[in-house]
Amino acid sequence: MKFHNAIVIGGGLAGLRAAVALNQMNVNVGVISKVHPLRSHSIEAQGGINASLGNHVRGGHDDYKKHAFDTIKGSDYLADQKAATRLTQNAVECIIEMEHWGCPFSRTEDGKIAQRPFGGAGFPRTCYASDKTGHVLLHTLYEQVAKFEYHSEREQIKIYNEWFVTSVVIIDGVCQGVIAMNIATGELEEFRADAVIFATGGAGRIYGKTTNALINSGYGMAIPFHAGIPLKDMEFIQFHPTTLYGTNILMTEGCRGEGGFLENNKGERFLAFYDDSKKAMEVAPRDIVSRNITKEILAGRGFEDSYVHLDLRHLGERRIMERLPEIRNLSINFAGVDPVHELIPIQPGQHYTMGGIDTNINAETRALGLYAAGECACVSVHGANRLGGNSLLETTVYGKIAGESAGEYILSGGPAKRDENIMKDSLKKDEDKINELLQSSGSEKIADIKKELNDVMDSNVGIFREGKSLADALDKVRELKHRFKNLKVTNKERNLNQELINKMELQGNLDVAEVIVMGALAREESRGSQARTDFPKRNDESWLKHTLAYCTPDGFKLEYSEVDVSIYEPKERKY
Amino acid sequence: MDTRTYKIFRYDSSKNEKPKFRSFEIPVEKGMTVLEGLIYIQDNIDGSLAFRSSCRAGVCGSCAMHINGKYRLACETQIYSLKSKTVTIRPMAHLKVIKDLFVDLEPFWEKYKLIKPFLQPGEPPPERERIQTADDRLRLEGLIDCILCGACQASCTVCETHPEYLGPAILLKVNRFVEDSRDNAADERLEEVSGFNGVFRCHTIFNCQEVCPKELDPTGSIANLKRKIIKKKFGPAKLYK
Repeated sequence: MKFHNAIVIGGGLAGLRAAVALNQMNVNVGVISKVHPLRSHSIEAQGGINASLGNHVRGGHDDYKKHAFDTIKGSDYLADQKAATRLTQNAVECIIEMEHWGCPFSRTEDGKIAQRPFGGAGFPRTCYASDKTGHVLLHTLYEQVAKFEYHSEREQIKIYNEWFVTSVVIIDGVCQGVIAMNIATGELEEFRADAVIFATGGAGRIYGKTTNALINSGYGMAIPFHAGIPLKDMEFIQFHPTTLYGTNILMTEGCRGEGGFLENNKGERFLAFYDDSKKAMEVAPRDIVSRNITKEILAGRGFEDSYVHLDLRHLGERRIMERLPEIRNLSINFAGVDPVHELIPIQPGQHYTMGGIDTNINAETRALGLYAAGECACVSVHGANRLGGNSLLETTVYGKIAGESAGEYILSGGPAKRDENIMKDSLKKDEDKINELLQSSGSEKIADIKKELNDVMDSNVGIFREGKSLADALDKVRELKHRFKNLKVTNKERNLNQELINKMELQGNLDVAEVIVMGALAREESRGSQARTDFPKRNDESWLKHTLAYCTPDGFKLEYSEVDVSIYEPKERKY
Repeated sequence: MDTRTYKIFRYDSSKNEKPKFRSFEIPVEKGMTVLEGLIYIQDNIDGSLAFRSSCRAGVCGSCAMHINGKYRLACETQIYSLKSKTVTIRPMAHLKVIKDLFVDLEPFWEKYKLIKPFLQPGEPPPERERIQTADDRLRLEGLIDCILCGACQASCTVCETHPEYLGPAILLKVNRFVEDSRDNAADERLEEVSGFNGVFRCHTIFNCQEVCPKELDPTGSIANLKRKIIKKKFGPAKLYK
């Protein structure tokens, strides 16, 4: 048994930011991460982080309200407007704080933090460090954690590397802690805590064509979901317009922000052909650009019916090396093309889950003492479509808010009721579950089920969706869930059994996938990232509402809740 | 279909058995990476194989391992680029093997924490960002890019003979802060790495520079630290008749 006042699950940006906030409040905190924090997916973020600093020559009149408006408009008015405003209002402070901690942002000529234009933003407000913004932010935050982990004069901050959380324990609406497995030994342990913060990232690996790291299984969403916490707006999946053809490795939006072109097989900048992107061209928001690339490919103006070109050649070697060096490396290593001289083959790919664990503006979930932040959470600040540069911002702003909310709860006494027996029971239940998974002697291979899930999500629940194919996808996911019970295992040992972990994650994958498809099928409109060909219009009258999915003993249920539109009137979205 | 033979180091520290190599025959095609081959084996042939992976794009540093004679990231190594029918894989050196290619990195992270790897400006922060000129920022290029995969430490022969030696990745990190115009603890940092297990332990073998998957230059960083320490000790160079 281990005890920390607060337990943070996930060592990415949101998790570490929450841990630092708790440490600053002198609260004893443990961070549980299934990989070393520096291996988290946050490290892959490239383009930047938004804040209305006004450092760019064209950014002088920018302010947080304009940033909030862009965010809300980008969300197709599904974002909760006070939450989005809180995000942008805290942006400047959070970025300056990261700079003070040593984050090596790129600089303007007068030595301030450099900013670049990004999709859907009225001003160049995306702060960056060449094309490695996630890398420098995560390293900076980890440095702060290391500082207080090793040289601390405050309460303990401890990182549990390579521990895998199996369940969260909630009794009578009060969170008691989590059960986690030490991956190296396979032993389960009770982690009792006053407060638990989920910061486990996205669910990209439910799809095959995704920019996400291999670790982004979405299991972190499934754990609280199984414990009765609803998942919100899961049908809204962002497809990034520019991922490398073949591997779907991310080619940052910064490529277009810096002036890159998208071209079809005739060498035309085809975004000019479409009403919703002809003005903003390459810097239109992601949902619009992804759709228009797909339309172009479907019209036969792509290459091999699967990709178009990203052209950076006119930027010149110097600018590419200065602003987009990692993009050049990735293109050479994974596609064999040098963007200085050649065109990069790109296609849209799954990139981000706008939905997630339902939280309010203070990062609180419906259970007392349980919080969520970052991509795994849904406040909602991104609504139906997230703007580039807002996800890193969400991790730092809402990571901090989650840490502070949990800290206040702990310092004011924590849970009124502690139940140690329920922790013991939960451990026993997980132990039985793992033994059952290890004993199963079926014939289905984990990799096959995963592959079939990926394929059906790619083909039926992608950029364009339609009632019939969504219904087929739902049947398929349910069939796979049924087949999951008949799995074959080759490794029956407990220590360092990655097959066992893959298996547990696959179960989470299937449940989260079912929620995504159910939400997409029920939502009979097109909004943001959800484009239904059978319902091509946005329908505010019936669908200006959040989807909430619950796990009940009789299967998954959908409910709906209101959207906060108290600041800006929803309007048609044009760029 | 084209195939390759993976020869993989196998060992389980929880069992009382000697390490051995095991061979796997796998189908390959153009564009396939060494990591994808390992995943294929784990998924289809032997679910007990253990290795680390995360980003599969060469940026997180999880999958450094010894592949056909050189430390590389498995995820960004194309199988065809190895130009060999056999892919021989061993875990990173100088670290305890927990299982197969999965090593205990704790000693590495302990060294990382020893050097106070955080900015020490020595004064309260201003209201807004600290000003750093573009030239000053340029000095950090090649220093902030380290992904701490540990390939350089594993390739370093001094790390093998002197386990207490801080090693190239850690010293590069020290240099990252020494070179940062916003940091004000250079003297203390230089003092700390001038000891027995610091920069002068380096024999300038260049293995680290040769293997770095991000093409960084830890040897250069170590040389820079040495130069600064000597300058500090003896003052600027004087010419004597």
